[in-house]
Amino acid sequence: MLLPLLALVATALSSRQAAEIWPHLAANVLPTALVQTSLLLVGIGTACAVIGVGTAWLVTQYDFPGRRSLEWLLVLPLALPTYLTAYIYVEFLGFQGPLQSALRAATGWRSLRDYWFPDPRNLPGAIAIMAIVLYPYVYLSTRALFSVQGASIVEAARNLGAAPGRLFWRIGLPLARPALAAGLTLVLLETLNDIGATEYLGVRSLTLSIYTTWVNRGSLPGAAQIACVMLLIVFALILAERKLRGQRRFALPVRQPRPVTRRPLHGRSAALAALACVLPVLFGAALPIGYLLTEILQRGLLAQFDAALLRLLGNALLLSGLASILVVALGLGIATASRSGRETWLKPLARIASLGYAVPGTVLALGLLIPLAAFDNLLADAASALFGLKPGLILIGSGAALVIAYTVRFLAIGVSGVESGLARVSPRIDDAARALGAAGPEVLRRIHWPLARPAIAAAGLLVFVDCLKELPATLLLRPLNVDTLATVVYGHASRGVFEDGALAALLIILAGLYPAFVLAKAGTNRAG
Amino acid sequence: MIAKTYLHALALSSCLLAAPAFAQGVNLYTTREPALLNPVLEAFTKDTGIKVNAVFLKDGLQERIRAEGANSPADVMLMVDVGEINAAVDAGITQPIKSAVVDKTVPAQLRPDNNWVTLTKRARVVVVSKERVKQDAITYEDLADPKWKGKFCIRAGQHPYNNALFAAYLAHHGAEKTETWLKAVRANAARKPGGGDRDVARDIQSGLCDIAIINTYYIGLMSQAKNEQKGWFDAIQPLKTTFAGGGTHVNVSAAALAKNAPNKDNAVKLVEYMLGDKAQALYANGNFEFPVNPAVTDSAAVKLLGAVNPDKLPLSEVAKQRKAAANLVDKVGFDN
Repeated sequence: MLLPLLALVATALSSRQAAEIWPHLAANVLPTALVQTSLLLVGIGTACAVIGVGTAWLVTQYDFPGRRSLEWLLVLPLALPTYLTAYIYVEFLGFQGPLQSALRAATGWRSLRDYWFPDPRNLPGAIAIMAIVLYPYVYLSTRALFSVQGASIVEAARNLGAAPGRLFWRIGLPLARPALAAGLTLVLLETLNDIGATEYLGVRSLTLSIYTTWVNRGSLPGAAQIACVMLLIVFALILAERKLRGQRRFALPVRQPRPVTRRPLHGRSAALAALACVLPVLFGAALPIGYLLTEILQRGLLAQFDAALLRLLGNALLLSGLASILVVALGLGIATASRSGRETWLKPLARIASLGYAVPGTVLALGLLIPLAAFDNLLADAASALFGLKPGLILIGSGAALVIAYTVRFLAIGVSGVESGLARVSPRIDDAARALGAAGPEVLRRIHWPLARPAIAAAGLLVFVDCLKELPATLLLRPLNVDTLATVVYGHASRGVFEDGALAALLIILAGLYPAFVLAKAGTNRAG
Repeated sequence: MIAKTYLHALALSSCLLAAPAFAQGVNLYTTREPALLNPVLEAFTKDTGIKVNAVFLKDGLQERIRAEGANSPADVMLMVDVGEINAAVDAGITQPIKSAVVDKTVPAQLRPDNNWVTLTKRARVVVVSKERVKQDAITYEDLADPKWKGKFCIRAGQHPYNNALFAAYLAHHGAEKTETWLKAVRANAARKPGGGDRDVARDIQSGLCDIAIINTYYIGLMSQAKNEQKGWFDAIQPLKTTFAGGGTHVNVSAAALAKNAPNKDNAVKLVEYMLGDKAQALYANGNFEFPVNPAVTDSAAVKLLGAVNPDKLPLSEVAKQRKAAANLVDKVGFDN
């Protein structure tokens, strides 16, 4: 797991060329990139916190028309890749999109010289578009917490006559802090490693600078140097998360906790609450999916639905499925080992391994390429020397390299998912089990697994959805003749005709919708 | 339930990813788009019986083949952009192609030492608003004219297409003049450089800008479009674009033979096939590029845009200036 990071640092320091490009990057590239990335992080972080915590609080504490459906609908934007949402909004808000066309038809204006219209291709546009896709990370983590944590505290405060606003600021938010920190970290790491949407929307982020330094400035060492700067930011983020979570332990009491009784809302406040929850679903899922559906119908793309497309779907499901199983298994191993507290060296190692999530996919894939190919060559040479066989490149040729890349990239979700699941299991239960003579594996099988299963399943599904959407590593590491839905969508988009890939894009979303649905449901089943 | 989901996934596609040995046929690594290449590859398989296994990459083609080393299945690389191709040769992952067909079809300067072979040419030209600008020729130098202030649109200066154009400018005019030119061009921009080449056409249609830079094949593709892109095409007028006293900036798409190609004979056959009349028509016309094979005279690109007179500056000189061009773009803050 550490290999790509080591490869990165080694590349950053590798050659004379590395020393030469640094002053140029520091003077001309990094300042803008740092400012833009900071603004992006602050903007998206704030927006996701507001939308995520706000909607989670509403659906867990109150009852209003549509709440039951909205509770799971609010997760759906997660199924859309950010790059796809970005493409769709540029088209939708564009000159020939429905809004501007209608405006011109209504007013008789002819061109942008006659009127002004918001253009999403800038930093504010990028913040809005990415926030509407990423807020469910915060929503999921805080909602899980609101629905079980401190029902008794909330109700006590209510009985003492605390106003709704006060309840939220004094009880809800402080309680949600660790969950907010966890969700927000995922949001910010996703923001950092994004390249598709940010590049298309014209934001010169650090990740884009890494990419342009590699491809256009022709300097892999320079790219690695920027990546190292970015890793420092990631370290800071993860430290901040630890700090925010604080030393508090949030283990539930041994007995099943009682969920909060929801307060019914009526009249205007019910309408406002419903509206607040409908808007994110509308902009994050309904509108983009609707746009794709319209394109598919208008262009008669349903004819594309054939065996080849099903094979792409199969490839995507298989690769993503294998990777999520692997991530959950590794996450389980790491989290339980570090919980038992005996393997003290494991904890920092797990943290570092989780960094894969923050490394831009392209950098990670490049970092993995070298060790994986070296392994393949070693094996191939040995096979031909010993048995006269020509097995080819085993890992890269079979797609295993891709599964490994996904695993490294998304391990963080697995580890933190399992950790948060296990955090709900009181250590006292472990102690009791051990006192009764159960050994480690048995504790895992009979106690941890059943109790933490919903959280672990949720982590697995999140990884699954992320793998489906993953693009840079998939493009670089897939074997001959293998494509996935994401690479096909990319193929059309790179020719400037992304609408032609609308059907494949819709399949990515549909394949991700089911897990998103299960994720949402899993959360409502209380603590599990 | 979760386990069931996985089982479904496994059952759906369990046999798809078994690692086949790509010992026969020909293995292609390319950065070109599948929609463009597939018709040519299908025709090749139909005519020769040789199966093509392809992987469509974005970036990192060179890094991947280099990492895969001696056991790499790669036979042929298909790339665009002379910088990319030279980088592959410099990385030592190619070998010269020995073929009478190649030597006969492709002029020597378009296949340096046969390390790579040009398949098609692509020009980067200026387009203007049909409605608001009345002229039919322009020089790249003229883009700095203050009369275009607030009217010029272009994709990011760090994009390879612009990088190659700026590198050519550098090779013509030297660092100082190029820097002044870049600053002036940037000062003319109606919006921050970004988006794709088609977006500039869209922005001309919407009235955001009057003048823009675009690769010729996008003009061709938009002319064929059956959707709103046809409207973008109708709004623009391509100009005869040259360097002052020179020709049009032209880049190439090219093929190279992988150093450790396991199916070398088939690889050479594929490259030769792609230079033939039939494939050139399919490949060049599919993307409105200019065929390298002089026998293919009535290409779709020429029909639409007229013949292009490529700049005399050798592409190898352009490639040498790429890093310097990228640095200048940073220095003047072109993409800020």
